[in-house]
Amino acid sequence: MNAEVRGPKSEARSPLGRLWANPASRALLALALVLALGCVFHADGAFFKPGTHRDALRQASVFGILACGMTLVIISGGIDLAVGSVLALVAVTFSLLSIHRAWSPVLAVPLCLALGALCGGVAGSLTAGFRIQPFIATLAMMVFARGLAKTISGGMKVSTAVKNPDGSYDYVPVPGVFRFIDSRILGDNLTVVTVIFVGCALLTWLLLARHRWGRELYAIGGNEEAARLSGVPVVRTKVLAYAASGLLAAVAGMCQAAQEQQGDPEAGAGYELTAIAIVVIGGTPLTGGRGGIGLTLLGTLTIGYLEKILSINAVPEATRLMLTGVIIVAAVLTQRRRRS
Amino acid sequence: MAALPAVPPGPPLVRLRGIGKRFGPVTVLRGVDLDIYGGEVLVLAGENGAGKSTLIKILGGVYTDFDGTLEIAGRVVRPRSPLEAAALGVAIIFQELSLVPTLSVADNIFLGRPLTRRGFVDTAAQRAAARRLLDQLGLDLDVDRRVEDLSLAEQQLTEIAKALARDARVIVMDEPTSALNAPEVEKLFGLIADLRARGCGVVYITHKMEEIERLADRICVLRDGEHVGTAPAAELPPARLVNWMVGRELGEQFPRHAARPGPERLRVENFSVWRGGRAVVAGVSLCVHAGEILGVAGLQGSGASDLFAGLFGAYGRAVGGRAWLDGQPLEIAGPRRAIDQGLAWLTNDRKATGLVLPLSVIANTTLADLPRLSPGGWRHPGREQAVTRELAATLALRAASLDLEVEALSGGNQQKVVLAKWLQTRPRVLLLDEPTRGIDVGAKREIYQLLNDLTARGLAILLITSELPELLALSDRIVVLHRGRLSAELTRGEATPEKVLAAAMGTA
Repeated sequence: MNAEVRGPKSEARSPLGRLWANPASRALLALALVLALGCVFHADGAFFKPGTHRDALRQASVFGILACGMTLVIISGGIDLAVGSVLALVAVTFSLLSIHRAWSPVLAVPLCLALGALCGGVAGSLTAGFRIQPFIATLAMMVFARGLAKTISGGMKVSTAVKNPDGSYDYVPVPGVFRFIDSRILGDNLTVVTVIFVGCALLTWLLLARHRWGRELYAIGGNEEAARLSGVPVVRTKVLAYAASGLLAAVAGMCQAAQEQQGDPEAGAGYELTAIAIVVIGGTPLTGGRGGIGLTLLGTLTIGYLEKILSINAVPEATRLMLTGVIIVAAVLTQRRRRS
Repeated sequence: MAALPAVPPGPPLVRLRGIGKRFGPVTVLRGVDLDIYGGEVLVLAGENGAGKSTLIKILGGVYTDFDGTLEIAGRVVRPRSPLEAAALGVAIIFQELSLVPTLSVADNIFLGRPLTRRGFVDTAAQRAAARRLLDQLGLDLDVDRRVEDLSLAEQQLTEIAKALARDARVIVMDEPTSALNAPEVEKLFGLIADLRARGCGVVYITHKMEEIERLADRICVLRDGEHVGTAPAAELPPARLVNWMVGRELGEQFPRHAARPGPERLRVENFSVWRGGRAVVAGVSLCVHAGEILGVAGLQGSGASDLFAGLFGAYGRAVGGRAWLDGQPLEIAGPRRAIDQGLAWLTNDRKATGLVLPLSVIANTTLADLPRLSPGGWRHPGREQAVTRELAATLALRAASLDLEVEALSGGNQQKVVLAKWLQTRPRVLLLDEPTRGIDVGAKREIYQLLNDLTARGLAILLITSELPELLALSDRIVVLHRGRLSAELTRGEATPEKVLAAAMGTA
């Protein structure tokens, strides 16, 4: 290697060391470890059944969709705490429109997407335009959206049981769009929710890796002032990142509503933290300017499978939580860039 | 002040012998001897990069790894931290103050060694002691006010009070007046006279000739890390002082081709830039032609860099005056607009404002030109790689791969990446602020050669460099700024180091 070049990359001498220096291979290793764990603790062969994998992916998909949006924001150097509440807001809205008002999905879906993007865009404008710290701005949106979700739903779950004026309940059928989102394809081996997740991942990957906007997002996260002086429209780029995160939270909210067949104003509490954990376990650093969707995909699978393996082995939830905490620390320690 | 004897009697408070300091392969100080006496004001003079700051950082315990010996009050010492230096009676007042903005004046004065009673901070005693101290200094400051609410001058005075609270005998001030207005400067000078009368040794770093003439008992001159000499102020009139500061052979190491200036490219008339309510550039007029390098000389705080930032739109619309680019009025409305009109600004700090360190060479090179390289918004990686490869070849950029993070490159190659970024925007006027700062000699030569090639292709270049020989060798004309105003305009033939430095220090 050229003598002029120095730094972490050239320090990785052996091919193995070079592989280890790549965050993708480290994230892959974490996933491989989790899968190996599954092969050992297979719960009487349950781990080898296709249904287990389908369900693992199904359960991970909503988190994965949130994590895609979170990746955009984190690459820009920010954080989005509002996604869990926006998910609930959209779940409630989507259920109200589809179940109670019997709107066509052609109208309801775009409206819900716009609602999510609006929430994200407002939080983004507060942080990028008014220079409120991302943590604070999205925290405010998190609280506000939760309140709005409760207002719209009257604090009740919006389900197929529609209350009449006289206090009795009518039961309406589950709308077609709910049944479609929650259905399985490919001979019952894949859920539509998982397909939606993969579509979201593909779209965000395309924007990050192939669009000018994605490149500018990395530049802002890496050095905002240098980006600004290079003519990057910093405010607009950042606002769009938060709006995209809100939009993806809306997608996740609709998926969640379809899976639960209701809109729960309490849904999604704490999901933002799971999404952040997924991004971090994948290897995208919270400092911004680095990382990508591929890593987040690996992080989603790692967390998703870990959950599944623990649950098929009937590990209590309390233990699962503690284990997840340990795994986050372990992942971040291995992902840490060593100083040159 | 000059009426008193130049060197007060008695042994020196501080004796520095054979002080040397290296940063990696670069020697920044070599064999410097210096004595600091009580009751004197010793001015430390020298060009930017002469080693003044390094020297006082050694004295102040910031740099602990150095050659030579440091004696304070007759004892050989080696302060390992600013705190230890303070305990030895040396206080350094840097331009970036070390106060805690959210604490009160009294709390700041006693920060780190509070007055206590039964283990708790004795606020009343601290306030009283601070009050007494400020009274002694003749400072009318409310000890309960928070430091962030004070003016910059008051903060500086607080810093001095803090130093005195620790019984500092030697007080070093690094360009303390750079952000002060005239009455505040008077207040500071009054305090310095007071300190001197109390027998403190004051070391004063400044670039301003009038301050040297007014304050100095003795002057110590550094040049390229070496001690040129120390003399009583009376023996060093401005002309001689400048000569001591510059006196350096100009080799044939700067290959500037004879310029053939073309039509006028950039014209600036009565241009001003405001920062924090102050005009850092005031009524500057200049013009630069195609194929010409216009040197913009000025010492720290001259406003030269602010002039570039103002023209580029980095300060928004806090500018006044008018500018034309190729006869068209220059619209100042942010970096994007500047780039689109054909301006490029290489800032003086590539890591802070030039590069996105975690991104690749390609990403950095194409960053400012993404709109043109990505029609419709979608990027074309192949095209980006092609243009980067071409520029890398032009600039002799040495990187193992163009996909390498620029963080992993050497300083010279990093600078070439910044240059590549700006050349990719196809500028008509290049604003270069310290293009050779912190890079090795080989890379410097390559950049000089590049500037020749660029001007031969009709680019107009405005150049700031704190290395005077470089400025003189590269510039076809030189304008000199002093405190935001134009103080001289010199042709290549007229410009001598003495003339430029004298104008920059405000004596022309």
